[in-house]
Amino acid sequence: MEKKTDDWKHLYTDTPAEEEQGPVVFYNDTVIDHFTNPRNVGEMSDELADGYALVGDPECGDQMKLWIIVEEGRIFDVRFKSYGCPGAIATSSMATVLAQGKTLEEAKLLTDDDVVAALDGIPEHKKHCSLLGVNALLAAIEDFEQKQRSSKPERT
Amino acid sequence: MIYLDHNATTPVHPRVFDAMVPYLRERFGNASSFYRLGRSARKALEESRARVAGCIHADPREIIFTGSGTESDNLAVRGPVLALREKGNHVITSAVEHHAVLKTCESLEKEGCRVTYLPVDSGGRVDPDDVRKSITPQTVLVSIMYANNETGVIQPVAEIGAIAREQGVLFHTDAVQAAGKIPIDAGELHADLLSVSAHKMYGPKGVGALFVRQGTPLFPQVTGGPHERGLRAGTENIANIVGLAEAFTLASGGLEAAATRLAQLRDRLEKRILESIGGVRINGVSAPRVPNTSNISFLSIDGESLLLHLDLKNIYASSGSACTTGSAAPSAVLLAMGVAAREAQGAIRFSLGAENSEQDIDATVAALQEATQRLRSISSIRDE
Repeated sequence: MEKKTDDWKHLYTDTPAEEEQGPVVFYNDTVIDHFTNPRNVGEMSDELADGYALVGDPECGDQMKLWIIVEEGRIFDVRFKSYGCPGAIATSSMATVLAQGKTLEEAKLLTDDDVVAALDGIPEHKKHCSLLGVNALLAAIEDFEQKQRSSKPERT
Repeated sequence: MIYLDHNATTPVHPRVFDAMVPYLRERFGNASSFYRLGRSARKALEESRARVAGCIHADPREIIFTGSGTESDNLAVRGPVLALREKGNHVITSAVEHHAVLKTCESLEKEGCRVTYLPVDSGGRVDPDDVRKSITPQTVLVSIMYANNETGVIQPVAEIGAIAREQGVLFHTDAVQAAGKIPIDAGELHADLLSVSAHKMYGPKGVGALFVRQGTPLFPQVTGGPHERGLRAGTENIANIVGLAEAFTLASGGLEAAATRLAQLRDRLEKRILESIGGVRINGVSAPRVPNTSNISFLSIDGESLLLHLDLKNIYASSGSACTTGSAAPSAVLLAMGVAAREAQGAIRFSLGAENSEQDIDATVAALQEATQRLRSISSIRDE
């Protein structure tokens, strides 16, 4: 294989400026962590899930599917799949982390600001992404409650 | 580091850097001064002008130095429109132009001009026949880019130039992404105006040039002195201009060898991606392209997420043009080619350059393979 020519050696040997080292500047380490290792990724069958939601529009850049299992009024398990930018993926992941184990009433109080705060902040123009996870969660709870009303028995 | 974003900017070639240094140190004179220090700056300026002219087979008197490719485009579009207000107020351009032309045309519209934005086919090319049909007695300028910054697609500029010439309409081509990559002959293109930029061909940022065919009516955009034949006022940035001339000369000298080498690397990249990562589309592949550029849609994935995975491995590519990242909108260039919104969202531009090697390509493909696998495993859509 051919070698890099001497003309460009300095690009690979010279030490980059201090501000170029370390974590990605645009997103903080927590966001990067949830982007590269998103928590609670997965799908559930209709039989297994108590609530399901599909929010967002891939034509507009992001979409999320979210499933919940409810046990004794608490979110016992939550799984998601997301299509979108790093902000959408990281906020989806964090929304599921925050939802896990909460009562439905607690979960309904979660806001996009909670998601952003739990991620130690995200860039201003990505804040709208954080609505994706919260909206999916609320819609899945709504789906569960609707099924309850149409008399599907809750698991115990 | 693996840098695959040469259509955004390039590293300065060491020989270009060396050529510039004296004009930042001991030869700092103002080219307008009459004493020896000024004369040495004047000499460098005029030698650079001749060298740039030589690269596009033009006369040195036809070269105007500017502060950027964008400034060249602004002067090339606004200049003739304002100078020919008596004749008409209609401009023809394309839907896939760089913002330097597109936004300038939009601002002219606000000032009362009529602008026709020609469509492109699925390969990203303008049909020269559309240009012919769009010309009216009020048409003063046709502005069509030489090569597209996002896809590398080369427009049929010589044909379009011939049509404009035959109809007595001025023709400008934004050759910023063509210069240093493919041969340019201003005469063969029938161009009246042609823009280039130094930093896309291993020269410094902050300097461009505009070819202005002799006799082309042009209304200056920057006033304040006799510099550049009164068409662009401001003390000449000699170091940068020398850098532009050196970079353009270097690139033009080794054009064929570099093009062959870059095309091989680009083909290797595309072949390996097609083989090892399914669900991809190469945008503009059916059209002639500059040898260094590849625009690839990775289905079921958002381009920005893919770019961040590459970034974390110190591999640098881009989605769309560098100026539009940060906004979530899919590439207007790809949409104009009829690429579906979802495919456009997953598009990445790889633009290769002189310092890239086969190892770089293979490492990039390996990183892409891992990243696409990860992102597809968490994606809520499955288009591939």
